[in-house]
Amino acid sequence: MSAQPITEADLQAWVDAALPEARRAEVEDYLAAQPAEAERVLAYQEQKLALRSLFNPVLDEPLPENLTALASPPPAAAIERPPKPLLERWSLQRIAASVLIALVGGLAGWLAHDRYPSAENLARTSPLPHQAAVAHAVFSPDVRRPVEVSAENEDQLVAWLSKRLGTPVRPPKLGALGFELIGGRLLPGNSGPVAQFMYQDATGQRLTLYVSTENATNQDTAFRFAKEGQVNVFYWIDGKFGYALSAGIDKGKLARIATAVYDQLDRK
Amino acid sequence: MDNRAILAEIPRLRRYARAMLGDRAAADDLVQDTLERAWSRLFQWRAGSDMRAWLFGIMHNLRVDQLRRPRLATQSIDEDDFDVPTRPTQTDELELRDIESALNHLPDEQREVLLLVALEEMGYADIAATLGIPIGTVMSRLSRGRERLRLIMNGEHASARLRVVR
Repeated sequence: MSAQPITEADLQAWVDAALPEARRAEVEDYLAAQPAEAERVLAYQEQKLALRSLFNPVLDEPLPENLTALASPPPAAAIERPPKPLLERWSLQRIAASVLIALVGGLAGWLAHDRYPSAENLARTSPLPHQAAVAHAVFSPDVRRPVEVSAENEDQLVAWLSKRLGTPVRPPKLGALGFELIGGRLLPGNSGPVAQFMYQDATGQRLTLYVSTENATNQDTAFRFAKEGQVNVFYWIDGKFGYALSAGIDKGKLARIATAVYDQLDRK
Repeated sequence: MDNRAILAEIPRLRRYARAMLGDRAAADDLVQDTLERAWSRLFQWRAGSDMRAWLFGIMHNLRVDQLRRPRLATQSIDEDDFDVPTRPTQTDELELRDIESALNHLPDEQREVLLLVALEEMGYADIAATLGIPIGTVMSRLSRGRERLRLIMNGEHASARLRVVR
């Protein structure tokens, strides 16, 4: 037996051939005596090989032009300059570009919306999922004040939001799916108020339902899915109502919750 | 920074980004952002230091930023369902698929370390420097990530039979 006990780090380093020769021999003696451990580290080696065969082909793919172009300095980048003006310039440029893209995209979207109300256009240009995802990202991490009116006063919450939206709105009950209402708030929409209901499960995972009454086109849609970073959004339009359910949980689970919400709202 | 030197790193950045994000377009967007930021912050790069580690560090930071401040990417459900990652046909494709889906079940920080070790063959100390974490954290993430991946793969292969896992 070796003087020093074999540690987990030794085993990992053995998998990665990162041990000095002498230590490697000691680890191998240990593994020879510990078949379960040997099996485990061999599985790790297989993982490594499998990951390489899975992803190494990417190395041989032809590079997209936008990436090869970036092997040379971008014309706008001032190189070897102090950080501050440089950063400002870059971020201003990027902000300007994204504002322009958003404006053009939004305009094109709204123009296309009436003319070609195809599934794809609706999915790409509807501002609903974006607004909902932003509202989710802003308020759901808030520990101290995630909602304006808490669910303890659910009747008040419902009365208040219904009054401000000018139409009855009621939060669906998602207790069967593990999510309890924690409250709601009023938010500015494109032309008036919209409501956000927030739910939370036992692990603290939050879910928001964004309810807009601004849909003028009366173009009902089936479920659509959007993704903003880690926030997944299912949304649909029902008459003048637009609904968007946002959470940082996987798409399949969110889809089940969205179905439950849809069913409850449909029965109202 | 030499054009050829950076060009040589792009395929590796793409491979890692693809493995991290699972999605080709999103991965290439991340590589593009990484290169843009690298150019804009070239003054931070010390000549003679490891460019690969520097670029991977930038990519890591961008990814952390992205997770904090997400961007909109909308897609219809149908499109998403047919979004199959491009990959050459291989006889052991099923097994590879398994490891790919198992990989997606790892927390980001474990997947990151695991991929830097497996794909980039980076040393533990280099990974610690690239990610800005202590080497002990690298080791524990690697160890937990590998074990978790192993258990997930075992579970999937164990068909319908229950297995007792300590």
